[in-house]
Amino acid sequence: MNIDSSSGHAAAAGTRAAWLQWAARGLLYAMLVVVFVGPFWAFLMTALSGVTIAPGRLLLWPEQPTLENFRYAWFDAKVWRYLLNSAVVVVVGTALQLAVSALAAYALARKRFRGLALVSFLVLSTMMLPEEVIAIPLFMVLGNLPLLNLSLQNTHLGMILPVVGWAFSIFMLTEFMRAIPLELEEAARVDGANDWQVFWLVILPLCKPALGTAAVFGFIMIWDQYLLPLLVTNRESLYTLPVALATVRADETMKPAVFIAVSVIAMLPSILVYLGLQKAFNRGLLAGAVKG
Amino acid sequence: MKPNLEHNVKPYDDPAQNGRRSFGDALSPWLFLAPALLIFLYFKFIPMLRGVQMSFYKVSFGDADEWVGWDNFARVFTDEALRNAAGRTLLYVLVTVTLSAFIGLLLAQALQGTARHMRILRTAMFLPAVTSAAVVAEIWRILYAPTPAGVVNTVIGWVGAAPQGFFSNPDQALAALMGMHVWKHVPYDTVIFVAGLAGVNRELYDAAAVDGANAWHRFVHVTLPGLAPAITVVLTLGCIRGFRVFTEVYATTGGGPAGSTEVVMTHIYKQGFQELDFGYAAAASTVLFLFTAIATAAFLAWRRRGKR
Repeated sequence: MNIDSSSGHAAAAGTRAAWLQWAARGLLYAMLVVVFVGPFWAFLMTALSGVTIAPGRLLLWPEQPTLENFRYAWFDAKVWRYLLNSAVVVVVGTALQLAVSALAAYALARKRFRGLALVSFLVLSTMMLPEEVIAIPLFMVLGNLPLLNLSLQNTHLGMILPVVGWAFSIFMLTEFMRAIPLELEEAARVDGANDWQVFWLVILPLCKPALGTAAVFGFIMIWDQYLLPLLVTNRESLYTLPVALATVRADETMKPAVFIAVSVIAMLPSILVYLGLQKAFNRGLLAGAVKG
Repeated sequence: MKPNLEHNVKPYDDPAQNGRRSFGDALSPWLFLAPALLIFLYFKFIPMLRGVQMSFYKVSFGDADEWVGWDNFARVFTDEALRNAAGRTLLYVLVTVTLSAFIGLLLAQALQGTARHMRILRTAMFLPAVTSAAVVAEIWRILYAPTPAGVVNTVIGWVGAAPQGFFSNPDQALAALMGMHVWKHVPYDTVIFVAGLAGVNRELYDAAAVDGANAWHRFVHVTLPGLAPAITVVLTLGCIRGFRVFTEVYATTGGGPAGSTEVVMTHIYKQGFQELDFGYAAAASTVLFLFTAIATAAFLAWRRRGKR
């Protein structure tokens, strides 16, 4: 299928070809929507249905519409608790990640000091250390933090702290801060502002768009965590929603539609954040794409 | 709205200009960096070093660990299960990265531009990308249901195919996983290519048209070279993602059926947490890390050379 729009060809071949091209495009768009949005739609519709469905079947329109599946999922399958765990981890994690990244970015973007290159390299090198690769030793370290003799096993903090440092977030904010004109900072310094005041009163307010972008990416990244909660806890009461899905699914007394309702609850937060803060999200996507 | 990437840091706090710098001024950047460095130290660097160290021990809980030298590494390189998992992972990476980039490139051609309906379409098709891997796994467990009523089986039934087992069939499970992976990552690749296309010089198309180039020639000689940076990004990210794949496999097939979808990370995870062979799991992780680090570094070096 040639989907290259070329006005020259269309004009030569007349309206018939133009119509064909238009139809082909329409068909392609419809297929894309079916393939990429269809499953989400079918999940939502099935979750809203009161009829008993065979395992593996999905509905495109609710039959006997009801919220009973969601009610059962929320209370009886204890999704509220998993969602609460997720909320604690994601909200606190994103906030800490943002704070830590902004502080580091300020030093990397606006300061010259001995060791700058080394620090940049260290931060960059963490990008090559996905937690999958360090999962086994991370499990040991979480059980006994060196020097502190502290165990983060079976705590929310254990799921939060490892994702608080994120090179992507630091570099994105660093680039943004570099672009802020020095004159603004110098003006504040003439007025006697110290580093902290410059950071807090001049730089941060100007960084709001970039902070928004970092927050959206941080939220989605932390919401996606799967291996880390598995490493930190084997107590169901501490499971985050993505990890709890397998546990919920294992309950065979549950109707298939209830589990589908649980999945819908698990997909909603990141989708809503994405749809709600799309502008901020797209900005970050392009920054990442251009930078490589 | 993208910040420009030029360094405009003038040496305003250069000691040569301001006279002697106070101790506080020298300390200040480190105070700003301290939280990030501490977090990285504890949750990245110490685990990494600990992983290398563990690789040389037989780790036992309760007792003291026993030094075993290079034994774990020797086992890594002779372990047939790991070799099979590595082969499977490599195949997984090759197929998913190529397929996802190819489809992304085609879709980007169809979805480029800033028209309103294009933006809406791109937003709609991005949903899989922002959905967490564990949820994507559950979605596809259901879509791939091996019953005749299953969604994918219904669709292939329309063209007369018999119901398939997908995740429950050892011959199909890995391919089914690849399909799921591509579904989740095509949106990313498409968006990166759309951004890349926006940066291709329009005048080159006109010049090519004047020279009588057809659509295919324009694509090969104008679009593809213009997309080179985007292609690099897509391939690099795809490879990094592919080699560390864990959640998608663990939450769907768990490596089965009959080990047909066991990839490196699920194998390592099981060696660690099911066999409690932490020394071996750490050694295998170290090798995986060295492999990805060297591959990434080599690729970036090659790319930099190509640019000059």
